Amino acid sequence: MTDISEVLETNRMIVEENLDVRTITMGVSLLDTCGSSVDAICRRIREKLLKYARKLVATGEEIERDFGVPIINKRISVTPAAVVGASCCRKASDFVKIARTMDAAAKELGVNFIGGYSAILSKGMTDADRLFFDSIPAALAATSRVCSSVNVGSTKSGIDMDAVRLMGEKVVETARRTPNSIGCAKLVALCNAPDDNPFMAGAFHGISEGEAVINVGVSGPGVVNHVLKSIRGADFETLCETIKRTAFKITRVGQLVAQEASRRLGVPFGIIDLSLAPTPAVGDSVADILREIGLEQPGAPGTTAALALLNDQVKKGGVMASSYVGGLSGAFIPVSEDRGMIAAVEAGALSIEKLEAMTCVCSVGLDMIAVPGDTSAATIAGIIADEAAIGMVNQKTTAVRIIPVKGGKVGDMVEFGGLLGHAPVMEVSKFSCEAMIGRRGRIPAPIHSFRN
Amino acid sequence: MEKLIITVIGRDRVGILAQVCSYLARAGVNILDISQTITGGYFNMMMVADASSSPRDFGRLVADLAKIGRKIGLQIGCQKAEIFEKMHRV
Repeated sequence: MTDISEVLETNRMIVEENLDVRTITMGVSLLDTCGSSVDAICRRIREKLLKYARKLVATGEEIERDFGVPIINKRISVTPAAVVGASCCRKASDFVKIARTMDAAAKELGVNFIGGYSAILSKGMTDADRLFFDSIPAALAATSRVCSSVNVGSTKSGIDMDAVRLMGEKVVETARRTPNSIGCAKLVALCNAPDDNPFMAGAFHGISEGEAVINVGVSGPGVVNHVLKSIRGADFETLCETIKRTAFKITRVGQLVAQEASRRLGVPFGIIDLSLAPTPAVGDSVADILREIGLEQPGAPGTTAALALLNDQVKKGGVMASSYVGGLSGAFIPVSEDRGMIAAVEAGALSIEKLEAMTCVCSVGLDMIAVPGDTSAATIAGIIADEAAIGMVNQKTTAVRIIPVKGGKVGDMVEFGGLLGHAPVMEVSKFSCEAMIGRRGRIPAPIHSFRN
Repeated sequence: MEKLIITVIGRDRVGILAQVCSYLARAGVNILDISQTITGGYFNMMMVADASSSPRDFGRLVADLAKIGRKIGLQIGCQKAEIFEKMHRV
């Protein structure tokens, strides 16, 4: 029988500690929309998205009401556009048409973001991939809901340094072409990108996926933070056990929501992404958890160890709570979306270099970091290469979502609005990597990728 | 059975249970169990109920109960029971 203390605990998590389901993301395959005419492809994309996702938002709202748990985002991810458009796009503007179609469909369906304006590279680029690259800044300037991502490397095949260089250039161009450089908040470079990630901006519906799928991203840093307050000073065993139990509870809610969404929409359930995803709301911060573990500020010595512990316990608790776990699954450390991280940057505790170290032990990477507007494309490419190398060697997903803010100087504060939050412009190394980034070709796969 | 959990939270006063129960009776919702605690003058009540023979749809029940809550100055929530069962039971 349901116990009153359990009911009150659940509702306290929801009302006071910001427990929510961060996103229900419907993945839709667009492989069958391919053809030789751009206009025909665009028409089929719209038809297909409307067919599968027509009830996505309404169903999400219904589930929210039934269980009394907020579901913050209802989103869509599609097959990477570079694949979908390869058969018909002859110029960059053809790809932009696909982006506009995705944007219009997202608007029509009432979803705030649609992911999959993407290319999955790690070894080489096709002619279509190059055209796609060229289209990214124009696509992000012409749309408001489209998220773009490029996978530039993998443990299995190494890092495509030509793609890394191009990505650096496209990030800079996107920053110039979009107001407040906001396009860069919707553009991410990845290494080892998962096919089933429900979180933007890196979500796409991989080609290993079925026709359509429901993936759910859970959240709940506020809940973990709250429960840690009650065990202040306890030993590591208690600390780990407490995080694990909490992650289990949070994930169970995600699993329930995912199953319900899958049943009501008639679309198979894919995975639960076990991520501690912060928001700009007070008390919904991963940085606050690190403080609660015992750091004066995130960035202090011990931060990487604390984050490694947190990340691992979240997974251990979460895996037990769901039959299928996937996506990114780990603690997110975006700067602009986490008040505690912003405060740490402002206090001078957190640098890009320390954030880079932190990404070795958690998902996902250098996320939502504002840098000065005069940061060169080569420097951004260098930062992307470093993150990709961490991902490649450690067989994990890493990512870079960096915003060279037009006219921004170190210490300025940039407002992106909504869930994207605001970010202090951070200092970047003044030393050049231009000669290295100027080299052509790729970095070979690491030795431990040869496992056959 | 469509199992619901109705929670009532707020300052204790006369007639809370009567108001909620009479609405549920009119709505054809069967009450299976009631438990309550009072801490620091705050009233926490939980009802386990079965709505399978209620002609009203779930959205309407949630909205009506919230309205009664506003009228008597209490927070009344209504959720499907699975969320609590899933979260706290392996």
